[in-house]
Amino acid sequence: MRPDLRPLLADALLGLADDEMILAHRDSEWTGHAPILEEDIAFANIALDEMGHAGIWYRLVAELRGEEPDTYPDRLVFHRAPDEFRCIRMVELPKGDWAFTIVRQFLFDSAEIVRLQALGQSHHPPLAKAAAKIAIEERYHDRHLRAWVRRLGLGTEESHGKMQAALDQLWPYTGQLFEPPSSEGELVAAGSFPASEAMAAAWVEGAAATLADAGLRTQAGQPGINGGRLQHTEHLEPLLAELQSVARLEPQASW
Amino acid sequence: MAGPISEQRVWEELGEIVDPEIPVLSLVELGVIREVEVREDGVRVALRPTFAGCPALHVMRAQIGERLRALGAARVEVEVVLDPPWSTDDIRPEARPKLVAYGLAPAPSPIIQLEAILAAPRLCPRCGSADTEVRNEFGPTPCRTIHYCRACLQPFEGMKPV
Repeated sequence: MRPDLRPLLADALLGLADDEMILAHRDSEWTGHAPILEEDIAFANIALDEMGHAGIWYRLVAELRGEEPDTYPDRLVFHRAPDEFRCIRMVELPKGDWAFTIVRQFLFDSAEIVRLQALGQSHHPPLAKAAAKIAIEERYHDRHLRAWVRRLGLGTEESHGKMQAALDQLWPYTGQLFEPPSSEGELVAAGSFPASEAMAAAWVEGAAATLADAGLRTQAGQPGINGGRLQHTEHLEPLLAELQSVARLEPQASW
Repeated sequence: MAGPISEQRVWEELGEIVDPEIPVLSLVELGVIREVEVREDGVRVALRPTFAGCPALHVMRAQIGERLRALGAARVEVEVVLDPPWSTDDIRPEARPKLVAYGLAPAPSPIIQLEAILAAPRLCPRCGSADTEVRNEFGPTPCRTIHYCRACLQPFEGMKPV
């Protein structure tokens, strides 16, 4: 890959890595608290999967930046300040109730599947291979989340109401799911990274159909982005304070 | 020390290291060793994770390093590779009975169509009945699923097909 594109691609992938890492943390907050034992197990696994996917992206960022792939990811996760994170705001929001958790995970994972398919065509082979690996694991998330969207959307009046409320709250955040990286033009022209607009269109069609099948209404049109990936909600800072607390106690410790 | 280690000797040694979470299978039987390369200054092993978030991966890497250094390799490089992605099809066929004896139902193989594979009943590793159901496509480790046998009324675990 062209040397001048490497830092641009690294920045784009850092956004994806941070999304997965922060969502993994939110998912892990259900461990020991999920409504039923099966979901405690499922969400602990989903959290672990997302953390693993974050790890793959962070390693790619390390390689693109000429950093050590075994140690650089920990530096990125545990020793960056909140304003250096590039996650989208949807993943920062507190875990909420079960309906909120299901809707957020469905919106995020369904978007991820669209993105992974496109990334599988990247002309940067390590990126294409990583996307192929992650896509295999995401099939299980997809099955699981679709089943829950249907179960709760078509369940009782109460479950439907909670799902619709969660969707209404989350939908405005979906505009950021396919926010183009700042240097998208160059990356797309080089075939390294897919065009966001086409992915967004494919995603919104599929996601809205699944939600409609579950009796859930999406707001018309896709919301705007409203600020880039360096703008965060007030929820990121306390999340990172917890996530980073142990590592920051003893930065030189070996794990 | 007598000469460099042979590639065959490295494979034999890797065949002695067991998966920390499925201790009846060696790393070779599990299919996670992609490549072994003996170099002048040491050994390079290409290791594939079963799942990206597999917590056992760092244990495997550490064990490979320790065991090969004990064999006399001056430098051991364990590179994590993703290509081609690990599949339950990569578990050695001769290792499948070991999984059953351990109480883990092997994944159907080959993986062609995931939905069909998940819909087909898994044989209970305890009583052999096909009267079983999937209880959870997520299990105690990323690579396992949870099933229930209606014949012997016992839960059991299976390898998650990928």
